[in-house]
Amino acid sequence: MNLETLAQVNIERAARRPVFVVTDVSNGDQRLVKAADLASDPLRNELSKQLRMGKSAVVEAADGKKLFINVYAPTAKMVIIGAVHISQALAPLARSLGYDVTVVDPRTAFATPERFPDVNVVAEWPDVALPPLNVDHYTAFVAVTHDPKIDDPALLHAFKSNCFYIGALGSRKTHAKRVERLKAQGATDADLASIHAPIGLPIGAISPGEVAVAIMAQITAQLRLPKEGAA
Amino acid sequence: MLDRDEDILQAAEEWKKAGRGVALATVVETWGSAPRPAGSSLVINDEGAFLGSVSGGCVEGAVVTEALDIIASGKPKLLEFGVADETAFNVGLSCGGTIRVFVEKVA
Repeated sequence: MNLETLAQVNIERAARRPVFVVTDVSNGDQRLVKAADLASDPLRNELSKQLRMGKSAVVEAADGKKLFINVYAPTAKMVIIGAVHISQALAPLARSLGYDVTVVDPRTAFATPERFPDVNVVAEWPDVALPPLNVDHYTAFVAVTHDPKIDDPALLHAFKSNCFYIGALGSRKTHAKRVERLKAQGATDADLASIHAPIGLPIGAISPGEVAVAIMAQITAQLRLPKEGAA
Repeated sequence: MLDRDEDILQAAEEWKKAGRGVALATVVETWGSAPRPAGSSLVINDEGAFLGSVSGGCVEGAVVTEALDIIASGKPKLLEFGVADETAFNVGLSCGGTIRVFVEKVA
C-alpha cells in the first residue's frame, strides 16, 4: 500500500465514512474506493454486499482476477434515550456486539455510572446531550424513556441524522399519539415511517432482558439484511 | 461496521511518516476455525515492532520475519498457514484453520 492510499483510508475512517481497498493479491495492484464513488464503481455490487455484511473478502472479478476487498466500515454507535431497566439490559448486549454505547437521560437518579458500568452516560436533556455525540448514519437510535418530554426532541434530532435504525418504545396507541405530536413539530411522513414502533422484533418479549434481545435483533436485521428484507 | 482495528492503520501511517520501513500484513482468506477474520491486520516496522494481529498470536512471529524481508525487497507476498503445512503447524496455527495473509510494504 502506498502512503497516500493509507493516509486517505485514515482520513475516511476518522470522518466515519466507509472506504474500501481493492487488492489483486497476485501482484499487489491496489486501488482505493471511497463511499462517494461506490455507485459508479465496476465492483459496486460486490462492494455494497461486503459493506452491508461488514466483512472483508476475496471476490472474483469479471475477468477472472481474484481481488481482495478490504472494507473499512465505521464502528457502529448506539444512542439510548432513557436510563431505564430495558437500557440496563440493552447497553451490555450492544457492547458485546461491538457497538459504542451512550445512554442519555436528564433524570440524574436514572443516569448513573453505577447503573451503567462501562457505558458512556450523559445526564442531560437531549438538546444538550445529542449534538456533541455526532449521531450519524452508523448509529442505532433507541428511545425508551416513555416520556414525550425526553423522547420527542431526541427523535426529532435522530430524523436529521440519517440513522440506520430508529426505534421508540410504546404500544400502537402510544405511538399513534407520538406520530401526531411529532408531525405538529415538523416531522415528515418519511421521518415518522422510519421509526420502528412498537420497538423490537415480535418475539413475545416480557422481561427487560427479552425486550433488549428483541430490539437488538431488529437492529441487527436492519444492519445486515438487504434493504427490502429488513424487519 | 463493527471493526475496531482502528489504531493499527494510524500507527502504520505515523511510523512511515517518521521515516521507518513499514509493512502491512492482512488476513485475506480463512478456512475452518481461523482465529481472526479477513481484514484483520498486523503492522510491522523495520525494528521488528508490531501492532495488531492476524491470528491471535499463533503465526505472528513467522509473519513478522517475512515482513522484514518484504520491507527490504518491496515485493508483496501471499503467505499461507494451516495444519496441512508441517512448518505452519510448527509455528502454531493448531486450531485447525487455514489462513492466507497478504504482506505488503507501505511505500
